[in-house]
Amino acid sequence: MNLDRRTFLKLASLGLLAIAAKPAIDLLTRPEIVRALGIESTLPGRLAMAVDLKACTAEAGCHDCILACHSVHNVPDIGTAKEEVKWIREATYGQAFSGQETQYAALKDARVLLLCNHCDNPPCVRVCPTQATWRRVDGIVMMDYHRCIGCRYCMAACPYGSRSFNWRDPVPYINDINLNYPTRTKGVVEKCNFCEERLALGQPPACVEACKKGALTFGELKPGTDIQRVLSKGYSLTRKSQLGTRPQVYYIV
Amino acid sequence: MFDKGKVLGGIAVFICLGTFPLWYIAYQGKAAYPPDPVIYPGSGQCVESAEYMRKYHMQMLEKWRDQAVRQDDRFYTATDNKTYDISLTGTCLKCHPNKAEFCDRCHNYNAVAPNCYSCHNIPPQPTEASGGTK
Ligand code: HEC
Ligand code: HEC
Ligand code: HEC
Repeated sequence: MNLDRRTFLKLASLGLLAIAAKPAIDLLTRPEIVRALGIESTLPGRLAMAVDLKACTAEAGCHDCILACHSVHNVPDIGTAKEEVKWIREATYGQAFSGQETQYAALKDARVLLLCNHCDNPPCVRVCPTQATWRRVDGIVMMDYHRCIGCRYCMAACPYGSRSFNWRDPVPYINDINLNYPTRTKGVVEKCNFCEERLALGQPPACVEACKKGALTFGELKPGTDIQRVLSKGYSLTRKSQLGTRPQVYYIV
Repeated sequence: MFDKGKVLGGIAVFICLGTFPLWYIAYQGKAAYPPDPVIYPGSGQCVESAEYMRKYHMQMLEKWRDQAVRQDDRFYTATDNKTYDISLTGTCLKCHPNKAEFCDRCHNYNAVAPNCYSCHNIPPQPTEASGGTK
């Protein structure tokens, strides 16, 4: 073979460059880097919920969704504000959208349902030291109660107050235990799971099923779904969207 | 060494007494007091063979937990190709509803205290041994 010194060096360095490129590409495509660079957009087909504020407010005093959720998931009723455990709760528009009150003055007294926003960019997931909470590919921010060590970093990180801590054994405070869903113990954090255990059986979330007024719509964000249709009809808000968490519970105003 | 005889004799006696349970079991051929978990009558076959379950149910339950909670896959296919729902309450305790006479009796004997059932629900316990085998 006829290879002069110069060509040999060129070919050898090209080969080295190719070898060096592999780890660099691996590094740059790691999920956390992609996330940090903000390349990732809202996942197609991810799960989301739409809450129709007018339809919900019209039924003053109705708590069907809250009762359904809390009885399906064995959420205790402890009764004090400090220790209460809530997966879904209600607030006024002013409380839920503080800073945006003037924008929709007519909605000042509207009732707003609050639940976990299942953010696309969930701060709770970033701070969890044991990966007890993570975002699934379908967008649900899951809790693995088996890994939760009760450090409450996630509660500090969540800008929506969607997470509750079990300050005491919740079992005595559950009225009627649903044997099909485990309870929790003292020392773990819990929150809404978009009813992933019901979705796995092909059922809709308990709150959506319980709402007689059709104020709640749930589904995948992709063309042709109910939720996409509902959201494209009018204007909707998400809570504290300026924080960049990309929340996925939409409030139709 | 002072009192060589007494010291060595003492050590010999200590070894004999200390290893007595081992000798006794070797001679008897079985443990003096086995845990005797009660198999609930009419429960058919376990998820895997009894031998396998006895040795590996803890690893299996840990795998079940990660599979159901973290991988969102709630079915387990056994070696005989039967599928089972992954559920501590709905599967294990459906056939072994006498948790106190089954899981607990064995665990107490072995001094292990799994905390699973502090969260996972225990359906109402059937009273007394109800004529289970073993
Ligand atoms: C802090 C409470 C808690 C403890 C302790 C706990 N679990 Fe769970 N476990 C849960 C909850 C809540 C779920 C339901 C998660 C879901 O479906 O969203 C669950 C789900 C599971 C599942 C899948 C579905 C089911 O219902 O069985 C398995 C398997 C499981 N756990 C195994 C275990 C094992 C084994 C232990 C003991 C080593 C254990 N768990 C201890 C709370 C707990
Ligand atoms: C379909 C009914 C059924 C289900 C479901 C079932 N078991 Fe069993 N299990 C049995 C029967 C029957 C035996 C006795 C088998 C034998 O002796 O050959 C047994 C035996 C066992 C043994 C061995 C007991 C011994 O005497 O050494 C263990 C441990 C066990 N099961 C644990 C479990 C666990 C853990 C689960 C849940 C993952 C479970 N079983 C689910 C029916 C069941
Ligand atoms: C034949 C006796 C026996 C029976 C019956 C039995 N276990 Fe166990 N189990 C053991 C032993 C022994 C260990 C401890 C193994 C070890 O330390 O590695 C254990 C450990 C466990 C562990 C892991 C504990 C830990 O700290 O890691 C779990 C979970 C468990 N058992 C669940 C069950 C459930 C649920 C049942 C009833 C459906 C059951 N076992 C019935 C003997 C038994």
